[in-house]
Amino acid sequence: MTQSSKPSEVSRIFPARFDSLADICVFVTQRAEVAGFGPRAVYAVQVAVDEACSNIIEHAYGSEGPTGVRRPLDTRTQPDKGAQTIECTCRIKRDRLIIQLHDHGRPFDPATVPKPDLEADLSERHAGGLGVYFIQQLMDAVQFESVPGQGNTLTLIKCRTPPNLGGNSRPEPA
Amino acid sequence: MEVTTTELTRCDLIKAIGRVNSQTAPQLEDAFEALQNQGRHNFVFDMSQVDFISSAGLRVMIHVQKTCKENDRGELVLASVPARVHETLDLAGFVPLFQIYDTVVQAVGSF
Repeated sequence: MTQSSKPSEVSRIFPARFDSLADICVFVTQRAEVAGFGPRAVYAVQVAVDEACSNIIEHAYGSEGPTGVRRPLDTRTQPDKGAQTIECTCRIKRDRLIIQLHDHGRPFDPATVPKPDLEADLSERHAGGLGVYFIQQLMDAVQFESVPGQGNTLTLIKCRTPPNLGGNSRPEPA
Repeated sequence: MEVTTTELTRCDLIKAIGRVNSQTAPQLEDAFEALQNQGRHNFVFDMSQVDFISSAGLRVMIHVQKTCKENDRGELVLASVPARVHETLDLAGFVPLFQIYDTVVQAVGSF
């Protein structure tokens, strides 16, 4: 794990494995608390980041599925097979925490995941898509960018106070 | 995360302690499946010490509930659900799919 820091920005690199999730949670929790978030907002950040990192591990790197099945990587999008990492950068800007998750796997844009049916009967209910739905519900803004050769960046923005829905409701870009 | 199972007369009590996420959910799933493979399908899931649950944990819960309710074999009921975990269940639309009891005693008594 490496670390660099500026007064309001801290970045760490984690191995893209499910057993990194606890360390990533500790990291973002600490940053959310520094940003002045209350327990409810901290929990929202924990859930969103856990889901986002799980998706990167499972879908972007494809190296650790829920059943433990290992799938081959796409070397066209990940030329360096050894760099299975998630770089997590937390920036505190006024009333908001900006979390950027950078990976070198296959592009996985959460916006392409269909919204789950939350009212279906048990027999028709699927848990797929819930993670992305959680991220979108718990964060104030979610942005995805993929640059060929440079990797993917998922940006999650959480405001300490909810954005004013009556005016300029969207947080400023990261 | 730690999972314990206790066989009771009319149901099994499964208790998870800690975080249920993509790393630990398979362990929870294994605990339920081991019981289901023995033909046991009435479960109380004591969530009192689950301090975090992600969609991976919810995936296990919905899968177990579906299996239990097939042919009316049984049911998974929840007990002592912490407020934050309940909020996650609510966000996922899971609350109507599970009987939720305030205490383990009440949940066990429902069978």
